[in-house]
Amino acid sequence: MSKTYDVAIVGAGVIGCAIARRLTLGGARVVVLEKATDILDGASKANSAILHTGFDAPQGSLELTCIQEGYKEYEALRGQMNLPIDRCGALVLAWTEEQEARLPALMEQAYENGVEDVTPLSRTETFALEPNLNPTLRASFRVPRESLIDPWSAPHAYLLQALLNGADLERDCPVLGGQFDGRHWTLTTPRGDIQASYVINAAGLYGDKLDQLLLGQSSFKIHPRKGQFVVFDKMAARLTQHILLPVPTETTKGIVVCRTIWGNLLVGPTAEEQEDRETANLDHDTLEMLRTKGAEILPALEREEVTSLYAGLRPASEYKDYQIKTHPETNMVTVGAIRSTGLSSALGTAAHVGRLLAELGQETQSLKDPDVPQMEMLAENQTRDWQCPGNQGILCHCEKVTYREAIAVLNDPLAPKSFAGFKRRTRATMGRCQGFYCGQTVQNLLDQKGLEHD
Amino acid sequence: MTDTQLNFDVIVVGSGPAGLSAAIELKRLGVGSVLVVEREKHAGGIPRHCLHSPYGMREWNRLMFGPAYARRLTQDALKAGVDIHCETTVTALKPDGEIEVSSNAGLQTLTGRAVLLAMGARETSRSALLIGGTKPKGVMNTATLQNYAAFSDDMPFKRPVIVGTELVSFSALITCRSHGIKPAAMLEANTRITTRFPCYLTPKAMGVPLFLSTQIVQIHGKRQVEAVTVIGPSGPDTLQCDGVIFTGGFRPENALLRSSDFDLDSGSLGPKIDQYGRVREPGYFCAGNILRGVETAGWCWNEGRKVAHCIVAGLQGNLPPRTQVDISAQASGSDHAIKFSLPQAISPSAPKAPVAFDKLQLRLSDKYTGNVVIGTTTHRISSKPERRILLPLPQSPFSSKALP
Ligand SMILES: Cc1cc2nc3c(=O)[nH]c(=O)nc-3n(C[C@H](O)[C@H](O)[C@H](O)COP(=O)(O)OP(=O)(O)OC[C@H]3O[C@@H](n4cnc5c(N)ncnc54)[C@H](O)[C@@H]3O)c2cc1C
Ligand SMILES: Cc1cc2nc3c(=O)[nH]c(=O)nc-3n(C[C@H](O)[C@H](O)[C@H](O)COP(=O)(O)OP(=O)(O)OC[C@H]3O[C@@H](n4cnc5c(N)ncnc54)[C@H](O)[C@@H]3O)c2cc1C
Repeated sequence: MSKTYDVAIVGAGVIGCAIARRLTLGGARVVVLEKATDILDGASKANSAILHTGFDAPQGSLELTCIQEGYKEYEALRGQMNLPIDRCGALVLAWTEEQEARLPALMEQAYENGVEDVTPLSRTETFALEPNLNPTLRASFRVPRESLIDPWSAPHAYLLQALLNGADLERDCPVLGGQFDGRHWTLTTPRGDIQASYVINAAGLYGDKLDQLLLGQSSFKIHPRKGQFVVFDKMAARLTQHILLPVPTETTKGIVVCRTIWGNLLVGPTAEEQEDRETANLDHDTLEMLRTKGAEILPALEREEVTSLYAGLRPASEYKDYQIKTHPETNMVTVGAIRSTGLSSALGTAAHVGRLLAELGQETQSLKDPDVPQMEMLAENQTRDWQCPGNQGILCHCEKVTYREAIAVLNDPLAPKSFAGFKRRTRATMGRCQGFYCGQTVQNLLDQKGLEHD
Repeated sequence: MTDTQLNFDVIVVGSGPAGLSAAIELKRLGVGSVLVVEREKHAGGIPRHCLHSPYGMREWNRLMFGPAYARRLTQDALKAGVDIHCETTVTALKPDGEIEVSSNAGLQTLTGRAVLLAMGARETSRSALLIGGTKPKGVMNTATLQNYAAFSDDMPFKRPVIVGTELVSFSALITCRSHGIKPAAMLEANTRITTRFPCYLTPKAMGVPLFLSTQIVQIHGKRQVEAVTVIGPSGPDTLQCDGVIFTGGFRPENALLRSSDFDLDSGSLGPKIDQYGRVREPGYFCAGNILRGVETAGWCWNEGRKVAHCIVAGLQGNLPPRTQVDISAQASGSDHAIKFSLPQAISPSAPKAPVAFDKLQLRLSDKYTGNVVIGTTTHRISSKPERRILLPLPQSPFSSKALP
């Protein structure tokens, strides 16, 4: 059976989710086509979850514009949707003389990027804020508005708002090919043909492949860049308030130490180029290196236990900037190579794409009184469900996930279809015991709900 | 416990063998109100899901399976008049025996004139070991495997590898074999297996190859485990399997202690106690695996019982003040040989103060033969790692009454 939409978005990563929301609120009939069983299963699955100000983004880049517009919109909508923010701020730390010499230029870049509230800090001033840093530190500067958010509930909320207001989502639905007849696209999927006036390529790690498939060519090539992380337990998160950044090098932003919104502490990511677009392999020696690196920055980390590991793939290309292109002859927009700031920029990128579509002639009429979803609050700096009456008891003890939270997730319109999806939404089994206590109980709960084993 | 009762003579945190035996003994000794708080749905602790022996020998001179043992302890506790509150998690420990608990009712504060901490221990996860590869399903600890065996219709795999050769590793092996699972191999990084065990339980007798000097480095598979890469004496190799069981490497379930700023021993990762089982924070006692990773259930049961006597003495005002001076054991020939020793402090003795820890419990992290110095005394030992070693407590100036 074929269906007709105004816009078909290919890919339910954070970018696709945000675009779906923007266009739906703009009055378009939208479908999101996602090849994986779950949303957020590509690049968006694993990141550092920092809401960037863009202080270190390339000057004059589209990336910078999208990050800053995205930041503002996140601030504007997070209250209504019950999305968290931890305004911890970042410190850019100099450990050597050379690094110290580069701080002024980095601050200058921040000013020019419109991030004017950065402040230089002497060694003493830095230790007053972060007493657990390695004493060899020389100087730093502070970026007060760099913040932490929930990398799951935010994109989830964007897509949910689209769905609540009329958009459709097809999972397990890879786009295998497509034809543009001068007015409409017909996209081929295993679940039938999908017709749409416009197509948005938000295929992340497959952005170039999808352009080749639909347009016969791509103006960029994705070079997946892997980032590995080690995560420490809640106690380690007490060791620092700020996002601790190194002075970047030409090739990488370097290893970050920061808390997560859930009150753990992460060290990472690495930046490793690879061909494989699917698998982000963890490597023992690299994980050891991250552990050591973390303990160089915060010596007390030496004594802390690593509680979990993960790795993600950035959709990097040969270009530094985002590759957002309109294809006017074929009613298509490619939103490619959203490399390492997509979580921050998503809402801004979506607004930008909305404007590009309008230029292509897509009509907009904003919805009046759109429905706004309310998300579960999993942030450690907010009141959690385990502290409230009627929570039905705790399912996962390490991350203190309640049965009420678990059941809400299972009854959500975007309910997970797998253990992994459940885990990402609730954080159950993601804590220090890694399922020792609740692993089987969680599986039992999912079995009762008829969720597949994966 | 009536819903409104918030104050108790003694509150016990954790309903494993240590917590329940203490609670039963407290009632037997005439303590008025004893509440056991347990975060799981049912009381009994780890033995609830251990579908195997040996349990019960020390306690009742009977060989039992874990679930029957857990039921009996729970029933004995209820019969003795102990209140047990399940699905109630202790989330913070505060001064003077005030504890914060979370349950369906939200947060509440309960107060015990004394509080016994018996939260047990857990195994080390794959993540803590920094094992590389992907994160498919089918990777777990022994306890999780046993939870599947005890409470699920399906087992999570058919042909896993078992990593480790501690006592609990053989529990994993037995649980597998009695549930239609044939492990692909048992792996041990060292040159010999860690535990002593009866020969009828050898992996070979169970049809499972044992690879010594073999380390797991990578786990492969997208959804379910498909294989693991190991490095053995003859280099890297791939083993086909559909699961990985990480066994042992027990560590105290100490997060509650850490978040409540209790002083921990960096060797045992448990709290620092004196010979009465007291920590520094007034009103708090400890027993069982929270003290040191792992002991047998019988040992923990006995420890709970003995600490109950000290708690009663404490309630009656018969315990001398706790010393703030720690003692420790030093191996003369090695800085690393000693993993931990407990108790970590010796308080003064007193005529009416029963001693729960009348021996120094020592555990090695490496094989060691040589002298161990405790205070002013020297002992000669020779032992393998992870074995229970008992030495006399350093002399104390007063006489004291050891418990059986
Ligand atoms: C290690 C790491 C750290 C990061 N840290 C941060 C950070 O701190 N802050 C920040 O803002 N950003 C961060 N990022 C960047 C951010 O995660 C990415 O920019 C963002 O996830 C990109 O999202 P996307 O939607 O473009 O791609 P994806 O998430 O890859 O989404 C694309 C989707 O398209 C689907 N798809 C592909 N082909 C098809 C097809 N043919 N048919 C149907 N569906 C298809 C895929 O399955 C996928 O779900 C980090 C990234 C990494 C890897
Ligand atoms: C897989 C496995 C097999 C074993 N096999 C044997 C065997 O065959 N024979 C043998 O003698 N021993 C065996 N043992 C060891 C034995 O089970 C333990 O020594 C014993 O259970 C320890 O008792 P415990 O009371 O110290 O702790 P546990 O039995 O671990 O009980 C601790 C209890 O505290 C609860 N708890 C923890 N934190 C909180 C909190 N914050 N709030 C409320 N409740 C909390 C836990 O839910 C748990 O129920 C085995 C152990 C394992 C893991």
